[in-house]
Amino acid sequence: MSELLRSTTDAPTGGWRTATVRKVARRTERTVVVRLDIADRVPHMPGQHYVVRLTADDGYTASRSYSVASSPSDPLVELCVERLEDGEVSSYLADVVEVGDELEVRGPIGGWFAWDGVAPTLAIGGGTGVVPLISMLRHARELEHPDLVCLVAAARTAADLPYSDEAMGDCNLVALSREDTPSRPAGRLTSADLAPHVAGRELFFVCGSALFAEAVSRLLVELGVTTTAIRVERFGPTS
Amino acid sequence: MATRGFIGRKRSGDPRLPPGQYDAGDDWPVLTAEVTPNLRPEQWSMSVDGLVETPTTWSWEEAHALPQSEFHGDIHCVTTWSKLGVTFGGVSVDELLTVAGPRPGATHVLATSTTGYTTNLPLADVTGGKAWVVWTFGGQPLSSGHGGPVRLLVPHLYFWKSAKWVTRLTLLDHDQRGFWEVNGYHDRGDPWLEQRYTGD
Ligand SMILES: Cc1cc2nc3c(=O)[nH]c(=O)nc-3n(C[C@H](O)[C@H](O)[C@H](O)COP(=O)(O)OP(=O)(O)OC[C@H]3O[C@@H](n4cnc5c(N)ncnc54)[C@H](O)[C@@H]3O)c2cc1C
Repeated sequence: MSELLRSTTDAPTGGWRTATVRKVARRTERTVVVRLDIADRVPHMPGQHYVVRLTADDGYTASRSYSVASSPSDPLVELCVERLEDGEVSSYLADVVEVGDELEVRGPIGGWFAWDGVAPTLAIGGGTGVVPLISMLRHARELEHPDLVCLVAAARTAADLPYSDEAMGDCNLVALSREDTPSRPAGRLTSADLAPHVAGRELFFVCGSALFAEAVSRLLVELGVTTTAIRVERFGPTS
Repeated sequence: MATRGFIGRKRSGDPRLPPGQYDAGDDWPVLTAEVTPNLRPEQWSMSVDGLVETPTTWSWEEAHALPQSEFHGDIHCVTTWSKLGVTFGGVSVDELLTVAGPRPGATHVLATSTTGYTTNLPLADVTGGKAWVVWTFGGQPLSSGHGGPVRLLVPHLYFWKSAKWVTRLTLLDHDQRGFWEVNGYHDRGDPWLEQRYTGD
Protein backbone atom coordinates (compact mmCIF):
# COMPACT_ATOMS: atom_id res chain seq x y z
CA MET A 1 0.00 0.00 0.00
CA SER A 2 1.16 3.54 -0.71
CA GLU A 3 2.11 6.06 1.94
CA LEU A 4 -0.60 7.96 3.79
CA LEU A 5 -1.79 11.25 2.35
CA ARG A 6 -0.59 14.03 4.57
CA SER A 7 -1.84 17.56 4.41
CA THR A 8 0.50 20.53 4.12
CA THR A 9 1.91 21.43 7.56
CA ASP A 10 -0.74 22.71 9.93
CA ALA A 11 -2.93 24.67 7.58
CA PRO A 12 -4.89 27.44 9.29
CA THR A 13 -8.60 26.89 9.96
CA GLY A 14 -11.05 29.65 10.79
CA GLY A 15 -14.60 29.73 12.16
CA TRP A 16 -17.71 31.66 11.13
CA ARG A 17 -17.29 35.36 10.44
CA THR A 18 -19.35 38.17 8.99
CA ALA A 19 -17.91 39.47 5.74
CA THR A 20 -18.72 42.86 4.25
CA VAL A 21 -18.79 43.07 0.46
CA ARG A 22 -16.38 45.81 -0.69
CA LYS A 23 -16.34 45.21 -4.42
CA VAL A 24 -18.35 43.31 -7.03
CA ALA A 25 -16.96 43.09 -10.56
CA ARG A 26 -17.53 40.95 -13.61
CA ARG A 27 -14.46 39.02 -14.60
CA THR A 28 -15.83 37.25 -17.66
CA GLU A 29 -19.35 37.10 -19.07
CA ARG A 30 -20.21 34.32 -16.62
CA THR A 31 -17.97 35.04 -13.65
CA VAL A 32 -18.09 37.66 -10.96
CA VAL A 33 -15.38 38.70 -8.52
CA VAL A 34 -16.54 39.47 -5.00
CA ARG A 35 -14.07 41.11 -2.62
CA LEU A 36 -14.80 40.68 1.08
CA ASP A 37 -13.65 42.48 4.17
CA ILE A 38 -13.60 39.86 6.93
CA ALA A 39 -12.94 41.30 10.38
CA ASP A 40 -10.76 39.19 12.63
CA ARG A 41 -10.04 36.64 9.94
CA VAL A 42 -7.50 33.83 10.06
CA PRO A 43 -5.02 34.33 7.18
CA HIS A 44 -5.30 31.64 4.50
CA MET A 45 -2.77 29.60 2.59
CA PRO A 46 -3.06 29.84 -1.20
CA GLY A 47 -5.38 27.06 -2.38
CA GLN A 48 -7.69 27.11 0.65
CA HIS A 49 -11.38 27.95 0.40
CA TYR A 50 -14.25 29.52 2.30
CA VAL A 51 -17.83 28.43 2.76
CA VAL A 52 -20.47 31.07 2.05
CA ARG A 53 -23.79 30.50 3.85
CA LEU A 54 -26.92 32.32 2.71
CA THR A 55 -29.95 32.46 4.99
CA ALA A 56 -33.49 33.28 3.87
CA ASP A 57 -36.05 35.05 6.07
CA ASP A 58 -37.63 31.73 7.06
CA GLY A 59 -34.30 30.37 8.28
CA TYR A 60 -33.63 28.20 5.20
CA THR A 61 -29.91 28.10 4.43
CA ALA A 62 -27.74 27.24 1.41
CA SER A 63 -23.96 26.92 1.73
CA ARG A 64 -21.34 26.44 -0.99
CA SER A 65 -17.55 26.41 -1.06
CA TYR A 66 -15.52 29.09 -2.90
CA SER A 67 -11.77 29.17 -3.33
CA VAL A 68 -9.77 32.25 -2.42
CA ALA A 69 -8.16 34.03 -5.38
CA SER A 70 -6.34 36.69 -3.36
CA SER A 71 -2.89 36.27 -1.89
CA PRO A 72 -2.52 36.03 1.88
CA SER A 73 -1.19 39.59 2.09
CA ASP A 74 -4.24 41.12 0.38
CA PRO A 75 -6.28 42.97 3.01
CA LEU A 76 -9.46 41.64 1.39
CA VAL A 77 -10.51 38.07 0.54
CA GLU A 78 -11.31 37.73 -3.14
CA LEU A 79 -13.68 35.07 -4.48
CA CYS A 80 -14.45 34.47 -8.14
CA VAL A 81 -17.77 32.79 -8.81
CA GLU A 82 -19.09 31.29 -12.02
CA ARG A 83 -22.79 31.93 -12.46
CA LEU A 84 -24.60 28.67 -13.09
CA GLU A 85 -28.06 28.72 -14.63
CA ASP A 86 -30.46 28.01 -11.75
CA GLY A 87 -27.48 27.81 -9.41
CA GLU A 88 -28.88 28.68 -6.03
CA VAL A 89 -25.84 30.35 -4.50
CA SER A 90 -23.78 31.33 -7.56
CA SER A 91 -26.67 33.20 -9.17
CA TYR A 92 -27.30 35.04 -5.92
CA LEU A 93 -23.65 36.08 -5.71
CA ALA A 94 -23.61 37.05 -9.39
CA ASP A 95 -26.95 38.84 -9.62
CA VAL A 96 -28.01 40.09 -6.21
CA VAL A 97 -24.97 40.88 -4.06
CA GLU A 98 -24.01 44.55 -3.78
CA VAL A 99 -21.26 46.53 -2.15
CA GLY A 100 -22.09 46.95 1.54
CA ASP A 101 -23.95 43.62 1.89
CA GLU A 102 -23.02 41.31 4.72
CA LEU A 103 -22.39 37.60 4.15
CA GLU A 104 -21.81 34.77 6.57
CA VAL A 105 -18.57 32.97 5.74
CA ARG A 106 -16.45 30.25 7.25
CA GLY A 107 -12.79 29.72 6.49
CA PRO A 108 -10.11 29.25 5.60
CA ILE A 109 -10.71 25.51 5.10
CA GLY A 110 -8.58 22.71 3.66
CA GLY A 111 -4.98 21.68 4.17
CA TRP A 112 -4.33 19.30 1.30
CA PHE A 113 -5.11 21.67 -1.54
CA ALA A 114 -2.90 24.34 0.02
CA TRP A 115 0.50 25.64 -1.07
CA ASP A 116 3.20 26.29 1.50
CA GLY A 117 4.99 28.96 -0.53
CA VAL A 118 8.09 26.77 -0.76
CA ALA A 119 7.61 23.72 -2.99
CA PRO A 120 8.16 24.26 -6.73
CA THR A 121 4.68 23.70 -8.09
CA LEU A 122 2.85 23.03 -11.32
CA ALA A 123 -0.72 24.30 -11.03
CA ILE A 124 -3.26 23.25 -13.67
CA GLY A 125 -6.74 24.72 -13.71
CA GLY A 126 -9.77 24.43 -15.96
CA GLY A 127 -12.11 27.45 -16.19
CA THR A 128 -12.95 28.69 -12.70
CA GLY A 129 -10.63 25.95 -11.45
CA VAL A 130 -7.84 28.51 -11.85
CA VAL A 131 -9.18 30.53 -8.90
CA PRO A 132 -7.19 28.87 -6.07
CA LEU A 133 -4.17 28.67 -8.39
CA ILE A 134 -4.27 32.44 -8.97
CA SER A 135 -3.80 32.84 -5.22
CA MET A 136 -0.68 30.65 -5.49
CA LEU A 137 0.62 32.63 -8.46
CA ARG A 138 0.03 35.96 -6.73
CA HIS A 139 1.72 34.73 -3.58
CA ALA A 140 4.75 33.46 -5.51
CA ARG A 141 5.09 36.85 -7.22
CA GLU A 142 4.91 38.65 -3.90
CA LEU A 143 7.59 36.36 -2.53
CA GLU A 144 9.64 37.45 -5.57
CA HIS A 145 9.82 33.83 -6.66
CA PRO A 146 7.36 33.80 -9.54
CA ASP A 147 9.17 30.73 -10.90
CA LEU A 148 7.94 28.66 -7.92
CA VAL A 149 4.47 28.39 -9.44
CA CYS A 150 3.95 27.49 -13.06
CA LEU A 151 0.31 27.89 -14.08
CA VAL A 152 -1.39 26.03 -16.89
CA ALA A 153 -4.86 27.47 -17.45
CA ALA A 154 -7.34 25.70 -19.70
CA ALA A 155 -10.70 26.89 -21.00
CA ARG A 156 -12.81 26.87 -24.12
CA THR A 157 -12.07 30.48 -25.05
CA ALA A 158 -10.14 33.35 -23.46
CA ALA A 159 -13.47 34.89 -22.55
CA ASP A 160 -14.27 31.79 -20.45
CA LEU A 161 -11.08 32.08 -18.45
CA PRO A 162 -11.09 34.30 -15.40
CA TYR A 163 -7.75 36.00 -14.72
CA SER A 164 -6.50 35.20 -18.23
CA ASP A 165 -4.48 38.44 -18.10
CA GLU A 166 -2.62 37.24 -15.00
CA ALA A 167 -2.26 33.71 -16.31
CA MET A 168 0.02 34.93 -19.10
CA GLY A 169 3.60 34.89 -17.87
CA ASP A 170 7.04 33.39 -18.24
CA CYS A 171 6.46 29.73 -17.54
CA ASN A 172 2.69 29.92 -17.74
CA LEU A 173 0.56 28.45 -20.47
CA VAL A 174 -2.97 29.22 -21.55
CA ALA A 175 -4.52 26.31 -23.43
CA LEU A 176 -7.78 27.09 -25.22
CA SER A 177 -9.78 24.29 -26.77
CA ARG A 178 -11.79 26.46 -29.18
CA GLU A 179 -9.42 29.36 -29.96
CA ASP A 180 -5.92 29.70 -31.41
CA THR A 181 -3.44 31.72 -29.38
CA PRO A 182 -0.05 33.08 -30.59
CA SER A 183 1.67 30.18 -28.82
CA ARG A 184 -0.77 27.37 -29.42
CA PRO A 185 -3.44 26.21 -31.88
CA ALA A 186 -6.93 25.48 -30.53
CA GLY A 187 -7.24 22.07 -28.87
CA ARG A 188 -7.66 20.26 -25.61
CA LEU A 189 -4.87 20.15 -23.09
CA THR A 190 -2.49 17.30 -23.97
CA SER A 191 0.42 15.55 -22.44
CA ALA A 192 2.68 17.48 -24.87
CA ASP A 193 1.42 20.74 -23.33
CA LEU A 194 2.32 19.57 -19.84
CA ALA A 195 5.54 17.65 -20.50
CA PRO A 196 7.89 20.68 -20.63
CA HIS A 197 6.62 21.91 -17.26
CA VAL A 198 6.86 18.76 -15.15
CA ALA A 199 10.60 18.54 -14.48
CA GLY A 200 11.77 19.95 -11.15
CA ARG A 201 8.25 20.35 -9.76
CA GLU A 202 7.49 18.77 -6.39
CA LEU A 203 3.76 19.41 -6.10
CA PHE A 204 1.03 19.27 -8.70
CA PHE A 205 -2.26 21.05 -8.03
CA VAL A 206 -5.13 20.19 -10.36
CA CYS A 207 -8.44 22.03 -10.09
CA GLY A 208 -11.63 22.16 -12.13
CA SER A 209 -14.70 20.12 -12.97
CA ALA A 210 -14.63 16.44 -12.08
CA LEU A 211 -14.08 15.54 -15.74
CA PHE A 212 -11.23 18.00 -16.17
CA ALA A 213 -9.52 16.93 -12.94
CA GLU A 214 -9.76 13.28 -13.92
CA ALA A 215 -8.33 13.84 -17.40
CA VAL A 216 -5.45 16.03 -16.21
CA SER A 217 -4.44 13.87 -13.27
CA ARG A 218 -4.25 10.93 -15.70
CA LEU A 219 -1.98 12.91 -18.03
CA LEU A 220 0.32 13.66 -15.10
CA VAL A 221 0.47 10.01 -14.04
CA GLU A 222 1.30 9.06 -17.66
CA LEU A 223 4.13 11.61 -17.55
CA GLY A 224 5.57 9.74 -14.57
CA VAL A 225 4.41 11.98 -11.72
CA THR A 226 3.88 10.02 -8.48
CA THR A 227 0.24 10.03 -7.44
CA THR A 228 0.93 11.27 -3.90
CA ALA A 229 2.46 14.46 -5.37
CA ILE A 230 -0.82 15.25 -7.13
CA ARG A 231 -3.41 17.22 -5.19
CA VAL A 232 -6.82 17.48 -6.78
CA GLU A 233 -9.77 19.73 -6.13
CA ARG A 234 -12.99 18.89 -7.91
CA PHE A 235 -15.57 21.65 -8.01
CA GLY A 236 -18.54 19.32 -8.37
CA PRO A 237 -20.75 17.83 -11.04
CA THR A 238 -20.86 20.57 -13.63
CA SER A 239 -18.14 21.09 -16.23
CA MET B 1 -28.65 36.44 10.25
CA ALA B 2 -30.84 36.64 7.15
CA THR B 3 -28.97 37.46 3.94
CA ARG B 4 -30.42 40.49 2.14
CA GLY B 5 -32.39 39.49 -0.93
CA PHE B 6 -31.82 35.74 -0.61
CA ILE B 7 -34.91 33.64 -1.21
CA GLY B 8 -33.41 30.32 -2.29
CA ARG B 9 -35.01 27.40 -4.05
CA LYS B 10 -38.47 26.16 -3.41
CA ARG B 11 -38.27 24.22 -0.14
CA SER B 12 -38.57 20.54 -0.87
CA GLY B 13 -39.89 19.80 2.61
CA ASP B 14 -38.64 16.24 2.15
CA PRO B 15 -38.23 14.84 5.67
CA ARG B 16 -35.29 12.74 4.45
CA LEU B 17 -33.17 15.88 3.92
CA PRO B 18 -31.04 16.93 6.91
CA PRO B 19 -30.66 20.67 7.58
CA GLY B 20 -28.69 22.61 4.94
CA GLN B 21 -28.76 19.72 2.42
CA TYR B 22 -30.31 19.67 -1.06
CA ASP B 23 -31.50 16.79 -3.19
CA ALA B 24 -28.94 16.25 -5.96
CA GLY B 25 -31.41 14.07 -7.86
CA ASP B 26 -29.60 11.97 -10.47
CA ASP B 27 -26.32 13.86 -10.02
CA TRP B 28 -23.60 12.22 -8.00
CA PRO B 29 -20.80 14.74 -7.58
CA VAL B 30 -17.22 13.47 -7.35
CA LEU B 31 -15.09 15.50 -4.94
CA THR B 32 -12.12 13.23 -4.27
CA ALA B 33 -8.85 14.99 -3.43
CA GLU B 34 -6.51 12.46 -5.00
CA VAL B 35 -5.93 10.73 -8.30
CA THR B 36 -8.57 8.07 -8.98
CA PRO B 37 -6.76 4.73 -8.64
CA ASN B 38 -7.16 2.16 -11.35
CA LEU B 39 -7.59 -0.73 -8.95
CA ARG B 40 -8.41 -4.24 -10.14
CA PRO B 41 -10.46 -6.42 -7.80
CA GLU B 42 -7.71 -9.06 -7.65
CA GLN B 43 -5.25 -6.41 -6.41
CA TRP B 44 -7.56 -5.37 -3.61
CA SER B 45 -7.80 -6.84 -0.14
CA MET B 46 -9.55 -5.82 3.05
CA SER B 47 -7.78 -5.97 6.42
CA VAL B 48 -9.06 -5.51 9.95
CA ASP B 49 -6.25 -4.98 12.42
CA GLY B 50 -5.21 -3.02 15.52
CA LEU B 51 -7.04 -3.89 18.74
CA VAL B 52 -8.55 -7.18 17.54
CA GLU B 53 -8.08 -10.79 18.62
CA THR B 54 -7.45 -12.08 15.10
CA PRO B 55 -6.10 -9.57 12.58
CA THR B 56 -7.60 -10.74 9.29
CA THR B 57 -7.20 -10.00 5.60
CA TRP B 58 -9.80 -10.95 2.99
CA SER B 59 -9.21 -11.16 -0.74
CA TRP B 60 -11.94 -10.07 -3.17
CA GLU B 61 -13.13 -13.69 -3.42
CA GLU B 62 -13.03 -14.23 0.34
CA ALA B 63 -14.94 -11.02 1.04
CA HIS B 64 -17.60 -12.08 -1.45
CA ALA B 65 -17.91 -15.45 0.29
CA LEU B 66 -19.07 -13.71 3.48
CA PRO B 67 -22.82 -13.21 4.01
CA GLN B 68 -23.85 -10.33 1.73
CA SER B 69 -26.18 -7.51 2.64
CA GLU B 70 -27.69 -4.38 1.15
CA PHE B 71 -28.31 -0.83 2.27
CA HIS B 72 -31.38 1.06 1.03
CA GLY B 73 -31.56 4.71 2.02
CA ASP B 74 -29.98 8.15 1.74
CA ILE B 75 -26.45 9.58 1.67
CA HIS B 76 -25.35 13.09 2.59
CA CYS B 77 -22.20 14.96 1.54
CA VAL B 78 -20.78 17.80 3.66
CA THR B 79 -20.70 19.98 0.53
CA THR B 80 -24.53 19.97 0.96
CA TRP B 81 -25.79 17.51 -1.65
CA SER B 82 -27.76 14.44 -0.65
CA LYS B 83 -28.83 11.43 -2.71
CA LEU B 84 -32.10 9.89 -1.66
CA GLY B 85 -33.30 6.33 -2.01
CA VAL B 86 -30.08 4.66 -3.14
CA THR B 87 -29.01 1.03 -2.86
CA PHE B 88 -25.55 -0.33 -2.14
CA GLY B 89 -24.53 -3.97 -1.80
CA GLY B 90 -21.59 -5.63 -0.08
CA VAL B 91 -20.80 -6.99 3.34
CA SER B 92 -21.67 -5.55 6.73
CA VAL B 93 -18.70 -4.37 8.80
CA ASP B 94 -20.26 -6.47 11.60
CA GLU B 95 -19.35 -9.59 9.60
CA LEU B 96 -15.71 -8.53 9.41
CA LEU B 97 -15.60 -7.67 13.10
CA THR B 98 -17.20 -10.99 14.05
CA VAL B 99 -14.20 -12.72 12.49
CA ALA B 100 -11.53 -10.31 13.75
CA GLY B 101 -13.01 -9.93 17.26
CA PRO B 102 -12.59 -6.43 18.73
CA ARG B 103 -10.59 -6.44 21.95
CA PRO B 104 -11.91 -4.73 25.08
CA GLY B 105 -10.75 -1.13 25.03
CA ALA B 106 -11.25 -0.64 21.28
CA THR B 107 -13.26 2.58 20.96
CA HIS B 108 -12.44 4.00 17.51
CA VAL B 109 -11.63 2.97 13.97
CA LEU B 110 -9.28 4.48 11.42
CA ALA B 111 -10.24 3.58 7.86
CA THR B 112 -7.43 3.66 5.28
CA SER B 113 -7.69 3.62 1.48
CA THR B 114 -5.30 2.30 -1.14
CA THR B 115 -4.54 5.94 -1.98
CA GLY B 116 -3.42 6.70 1.59
CA TYR B 117 -6.66 8.55 2.43
CA THR B 118 -7.77 8.08 6.04
CA THR B 119 -10.86 8.88 8.11
CA ASN B 120 -11.66 8.30 11.77
CA LEU B 121 -14.89 6.95 13.25
CA PRO B 122 -16.18 5.91 16.65
CA LEU B 123 -16.40 2.08 16.72
CA ALA B 124 -20.06 2.40 17.67
CA ASP B 125 -20.73 4.07 14.30
CA VAL B 126 -19.54 1.06 12.30
CA THR B 127 -21.20 -1.68 14.38
CA GLY B 128 -24.81 -2.77 14.85
CA GLY B 129 -25.80 -2.73 11.17
CA LYS B 130 -24.68 0.84 10.50
CA ALA B 131 -21.71 0.33 8.15
CA TRP B 132 -20.78 -1.76 5.12
CA VAL B 133 -17.94 -2.48 2.76
CA VAL B 134 -19.71 -2.18 -0.60
CA TRP B 135 -19.01 -3.10 -4.22
CA THR B 136 -22.32 -2.46 -5.93
CA PHE B 137 -24.46 0.65 -6.42
CA GLY B 138 -27.98 0.19 -7.73
CA GLY B 139 -27.10 -3.43 -8.46
CA GLN B 140 -24.14 -2.51 -10.72
CA PRO B 141 -20.42 -2.70 -9.92
CA LEU B 142 -19.32 0.49 -8.14
CA SER B 143 -17.42 2.72 -10.60
CA SER B 144 -13.86 3.80 -9.80
CA GLY B 145 -14.78 7.49 -9.53
CA HIS B 146 -17.19 6.64 -6.74
CA GLY B 147 -14.69 4.43 -4.94
CA GLY B 148 -14.90 1.22 -6.94
CA PRO B 149 -14.17 -1.56 -6.80
CA VAL B 150 -14.82 -1.19 -3.06
CA ARG B 151 -15.66 1.60 -0.64
CA LEU B 152 -16.72 1.94 2.96
CA LEU B 153 -20.35 2.96 3.48
CA VAL B 154 -21.40 4.70 6.69
CA PRO B 155 -24.58 6.36 5.44
CA HIS B 156 -25.72 7.93 8.71
CA LEU B 157 -22.61 10.16 8.74
CA TYR B 158 -21.39 12.72 6.16
CA PHE B 159 -20.05 10.90 3.15
CA TRP B 160 -16.34 11.72 3.54
CA LYS B 161 -16.45 9.08 6.30
CA SER B 162 -17.38 6.49 3.65
CA ALA B 163 -13.79 6.11 2.46
CA LYS B 164 -13.43 5.29 -1.24
CA TRP B 165 -11.06 2.43 -2.17
CA VAL B 166 -11.05 1.29 1.48
CA THR B 167 -8.53 -1.42 2.24
CA ARG B 168 -8.08 -1.41 5.99
CA LEU B 169 -9.91 -0.80 9.26
CA THR B 170 -7.65 -0.33 12.29
CA LEU B 171 -9.27 -0.55 15.72
CA LEU B 172 -7.81 1.88 18.27
CA ASP B 173 -8.30 2.80 21.92
CA HIS B 174 -8.36 6.51 20.98
CA ASP B 175 -9.59 8.81 18.23
CA GLN B 176 -6.92 9.47 15.59
CA ARG B 177 -7.83 12.17 13.08
CA GLY B 178 -7.91 11.37 9.39
CA PHE B 179 -7.25 13.29 6.18
CA TRP B 180 -10.07 15.89 6.40
CA GLU B 181 -10.43 15.83 10.17
CA VAL B 182 -6.90 17.22 10.77
CA ASN B 183 -7.92 20.24 8.73
CA GLY B 184 -11.05 21.29 10.51
CA TYR B 185 -13.70 18.74 9.57
CA HIS B 186 -15.73 17.24 12.37
CA ASP B 187 -14.56 14.06 14.10
CA ARG B 188 -18.03 12.48 13.94
CA GLY B 189 -19.97 14.21 11.16
CA ASP B 190 -23.65 13.58 11.95
CA PRO B 191 -25.66 15.34 9.19
CA TRP B 192 -28.78 15.67 11.38
CA LEU B 193 -26.72 17.67 13.90
CA GLU B 194 -24.91 19.53 11.06
CA GLN B 195 -21.53 18.44 12.43
CA ARG B 196 -19.60 19.73 9.43
CA TYR B 197 -16.58 21.38 11.02
CA THR B 198 -14.63 21.03 14.26
CA GLY B 199 -16.64 22.61 17.03
CA ASP B 200 -20.05 22.40 15.29
C1 LIG C 1 -13.60 23.11 -2.47
C2 LIG C 1 -14.47 23.77 -3.51
C3 LIG C 1 -14.07 25.00 -4.03
C4 LIG C 1 -14.87 25.65 -4.99
N1 LIG C 1 -14.46 26.86 -5.50
C5 LIG C 1 -15.23 27.48 -6.43
C6 LIG C 1 -14.80 28.74 -7.00
O1 LIG C 1 -13.73 29.29 -6.67
N2 LIG C 1 -15.61 29.34 -7.93
C7 LIG C 1 -16.80 28.75 -8.32
O2 LIG C 1 -17.49 29.34 -9.15
N3 LIG C 1 -17.21 27.57 -7.80
C8 LIG C 1 -16.47 26.93 -6.86
N4 LIG C 1 -16.90 25.72 -6.33
C9 LIG C 1 -18.25 25.22 -6.70
C10 LIG C 1 -19.29 25.87 -5.77
O3 LIG C 1 -19.11 25.42 -4.45
C11 LIG C 1 -20.75 25.54 -6.15
O4 LIG C 1 -20.88 24.15 -6.30
C12 LIG C 1 -21.20 26.22 -7.42
O5 LIG C 1 -21.09 27.64 -7.28
C13 LIG C 1 -22.65 25.86 -7.73
O6 LIG C 1 -23.48 26.23 -6.65
P1 LIG C 1 -24.93 26.81 -6.91
O7 LIG C 1 -25.62 26.94 -5.60
O8 LIG C 1 -24.86 28.04 -7.74
O9 LIG C 1 -25.58 25.71 -7.81
P2 LIG C 1 -26.51 24.53 -7.29
O10 LIG C 1 -27.81 25.09 -6.83
O11 LIG C 1 -25.76 23.69 -6.35
O12 LIG C 1 -26.75 23.77 -8.63
C14 LIG C 1 -25.67 23.27 -9.44
C15 LIG C 1 -26.27 22.89 -10.77
O13 LIG C 1 -27.17 21.85 -10.60
C16 LIG C 1 -28.46 22.22 -10.99
N5 LIG C 1 -29.37 21.87 -9.85
C17 LIG C 1 -29.01 21.24 -8.72
N6 LIG C 1 -30.06 21.04 -7.91
C18 LIG C 1 -31.12 21.56 -8.51
C19 LIG C 1 -32.50 21.66 -8.17
N7 LIG C 1 -33.01 21.16 -7.02
N8 LIG C 1 -33.29 22.29 -9.01
C20 LIG C 1 -32.81 22.78 -10.16
N9 LIG C 1 -31.52 22.71 -10.55
C21 LIG C 1 -30.67 22.09 -9.75
C22 LIG C 1 -28.44 23.71 -11.26
O14 LIG C 1 -29.13 23.95 -12.47
C23 LIG C 1 -27.00 24.07 -11.39
O15 LIG C 1 -26.64 24.19 -12.74
C24 LIG C 1 -16.09 25.05 -5.40
C25 LIG C 1 -16.47 23.81 -4.87
C26 LIG C 1 -15.69 23.16 -3.95
C27 LIG C 1 -16.14 21.85 -3.40
